[in-house]
Amino acid sequence: MSNPLLVFNDKGIYCEQARVYLDPWQPVDHAIISHGHADHSRWGHKKYITHHSNVPIIKHRLGEIVVTGKEWNETFTINGVKFSLHPAGHIIGSSQIRVEYKGEVWVFTGDYKMEDDGVAVPYESVKCHSFITECTFGLPAFKWTPQDQVMTDVNNWWQQNREDGRTSILFGYSLGKAQRLLKYLDPSIGKIYTHGAIENMTEVLRPQLSMPETIRITRDTKKEELKGSMVLAPPSAHGTPWIRKMVPYVTASASGWMTFRGARRRRAIDKGFVLSDHCDWQGLLQAIEGTGCEKVICTHGYTDIFSRFLREKGYDARTEETQYEGEIGELEAKSEIEKDPEPVDKITSL
Amino acid sequence: MKLFAELIRTLDSTNKTTLKVEALTRYFENAPDKDKVWAIAILSHRRPPRPVNTTLLREWATELANIPLWLFEESYHIVGDLAETIALIIPASDSSSDKSLNQFLLEIIELKKLSELEKKEYLHKNWLELNYYERFVFSKLITGSFRIGVSQKLMTRALAKATEIDEDILAYKLMGNWEPSKITYTQLILEENEEDYLSKPYPFYLAYALESEVEELGDVKDWSAEHKWDGIRSQVIIRNNELFVWSRGEELVTDKYPEFQAFINTIPNGTVMDGEILPYPKGEIGTFNDLQTRIGRKTVSKALLEKTPVILKVYDLLEWNGEDIRTEPFKRRREILEDLVSQISTEAIPLQLSKSISFNTWEEVALERERSREEKSEGLMLKKLDSPYLVGRKKGDWWKWKVAPLTIDAVLTYAMRGHGRRSNLFTDYTFGLWDEEKNELVTFAKAYSGLTDAEFRKVDAWIKRNTLERFGPVRSVTPHHVFEIAFEGIAESKRHKSGVATRFPRILRWRQDKKINEANTLEDLKALIQ
Repeated sequence: MSNPLLVFNDKGIYCEQARVYLDPWQPVDHAIISHGHADHSRWGHKKYITHHSNVPIIKHRLGEIVVTGKEWNETFTINGVKFSLHPAGHIIGSSQIRVEYKGEVWVFTGDYKMEDDGVAVPYESVKCHSFITECTFGLPAFKWTPQDQVMTDVNNWWQQNREDGRTSILFGYSLGKAQRLLKYLDPSIGKIYTHGAIENMTEVLRPQLSMPETIRITRDTKKEELKGSMVLAPPSAHGTPWIRKMVPYVTASASGWMTFRGARRRRAIDKGFVLSDHCDWQGLLQAIEGTGCEKVICTHGYTDIFSRFLREKGYDARTEETQYEGEIGELEAKSEIEKDPEPVDKITSL
Repeated sequence: MKLFAELIRTLDSTNKTTLKVEALTRYFENAPDKDKVWAIAILSHRRPPRPVNTTLLREWATELANIPLWLFEESYHIVGDLAETIALIIPASDSSSDKSLNQFLLEIIELKKLSELEKKEYLHKNWLELNYYERFVFSKLITGSFRIGVSQKLMTRALAKATEIDEDILAYKLMGNWEPSKITYTQLILEENEEDYLSKPYPFYLAYALESEVEELGDVKDWSAEHKWDGIRSQVIIRNNELFVWSRGEELVTDKYPEFQAFINTIPNGTVMDGEILPYPKGEIGTFNDLQTRIGRKTVSKALLEKTPVILKVYDLLEWNGEDIRTEPFKRRREILEDLVSQISTEAIPLQLSKSISFNTWEEVALERERSREEKSEGLMLKKLDSPYLVGRKKGDWWKWKVAPLTIDAVLTYAMRGHGRRSNLFTDYTFGLWDEEKNELVTFAKAYSGLTDAEFRKVDAWIKRNTLERFGPVRSVTPHHVFEIAFEGIAESKRHKSGVATRFPRILRWRQDKKINEANTLEDLKALIQ
């Protein structure tokens, strides 16, 4: 039997035939990148290929790199292997990577979600034989509420806090979640302020996405003007001196982990909104069914549990160790530190 | 139910005490009386007996969710709360119920009498009809313990605000053995009723640990000191030729300690004593491990009574001649108590006075504290001579001054996910010490507390990446991290693999400076047993 088309080695997901890595975690010569989050697009590769809408994001994050932007569905061939990128619906510019050689098709999802959030190009199902999928929320306990309903709740929460004379601090990833929240915040309620890390990334994305106006919080921002406003901040800003300026305030986090009451209470956050850029349980199952695949490889999340369930459903499913963010419940906060384009210390010392 | 579920949702969506009290006060102002009684009962951990065992609950919830049972179990380990897991995995519903909290609880009480099939039908119907929060609350009412970050004290404070009745008086009213299904709100809260008071204990006065230097307490002559006993804090009531024993958890434990029945004929009616239940095998104070054999038992065999008898080490008097004397100064209460004890033959009944220590200087007090392990105490209690007997944990008049704990460096070997605010986080650890002969780690203690949230997150992330094997919810991890474990006492034990049982083990600090071969041995631990 010939070697599999894609293998997992110590540097990443490797296609030997094309000598190309997908989302490698060690420096390599040729890397195809699914999306701009730090665990998928790392520093130090010689050449990057990614969707063109992700190019400004990774340039902002990684500085001067050699990068080629591709269109959706544009096939490019490397040593006989056909590659193409397909929307993953996770964040702006996030792709699934399709790999085809001699009629055998593999798809690597990177991170993805099924719901059309009006920000990222929605997930597109791609037929394949082998499907390499994340399963961050691969437990039946996770079931997302439609975005409209969540954002109505967020805006109502803001309105109520404003009436109570409190500032609303909403935590979300600086790349992806922050812009998704921003797009649906109701600017008629009040002004929207941003943490520096979020403002920087938002500036990068404004040419691609229309979003309400934001004001960067700086040393000169007056305490009085923040009162009753909305403040968007990365999770890493929680519990830092940076927040003190906003007293009196209430905090909320928008994340899939907010499904668990314990996750919110543990972090001493007042309110949790369940809003994720990953698939919920049913989303994962639908996605897998949609590809018509036989083999499933789970890369990160509740991999053991999810692949066992798939095997019982008749799939040839297994788990591979990667360095993508795994099952760790606290990772949203931890990874945010990595994803912040500015060091946290510098921001909090303002 | 709507109102109560809404209350729980509000309590759940804030971490601020003032907002929690506000929400509770609003509930007590607006809810129907019957519902209020139940809310008070639930928030003071009085729940109806569980009508369905949890195995069946899991099976039935799993059926409805259309997933395999093992997947429910895995989800439960991660979510960390059975009711929350049930509420999450069952298909969503947007409807809501108009039934009152009282109605639901009466149904739950009746449920116990129904057949298994009827129980299942009832649960399925309600699970499907209720929305997420109501379903969570409903399941919580069935599974029991309602820990949602609201202490009884907080609830009492809100009730005081809503009723304008003094908080301490309410605390007293809420103590003891009342049945939420049989008592009305008026009887419980609003009206005075002498007969109900027969079994009623007083709220315990609890001391804080001394944090400052002992000299800062002021003139030594204003203070009394006695040893701090390691047993079960209890109130023993003799009224109307009846005996009632209450533990600090407000549990009536009279039946567990039949030897105290002897008090009835010796101690006058209208007496309430505060003290510590201690094991007393072979005519001397035993270890907490000995006491453990008594705590768990509902019925006490004759053999056990002979092997591990208990005594009451009494240190305060709250009621005398049927009169509440809590406002009398400590000195006066002690005089009456000492007088009482001196008149009875302590040979005949299992009662001993916790003796006051005589001293002239703080140094002498400190020296006595050093003798604590000899006395089989945990340290000293310092009580101000003119102090009244207060309600709850209050600073100022009483202090615990424990001896420094014993400590040992141990290796993290197993981990389990925590519950509540620690759900989905590996925070429950098992520690091992070296067996030098076999060159292997032997489990000696489990500990759940002592690290900061940030440290727990770090250790959690490390555990997830360094798991060796999984045994259901438990994971074995690569021996790598050394922690300093503190504990209060130590005794030989046949039940433990290590041959040693420790009391109150907890993590003192993470010794990142130590390698596993620098951790202590089992022999080191055994050397700590005197």
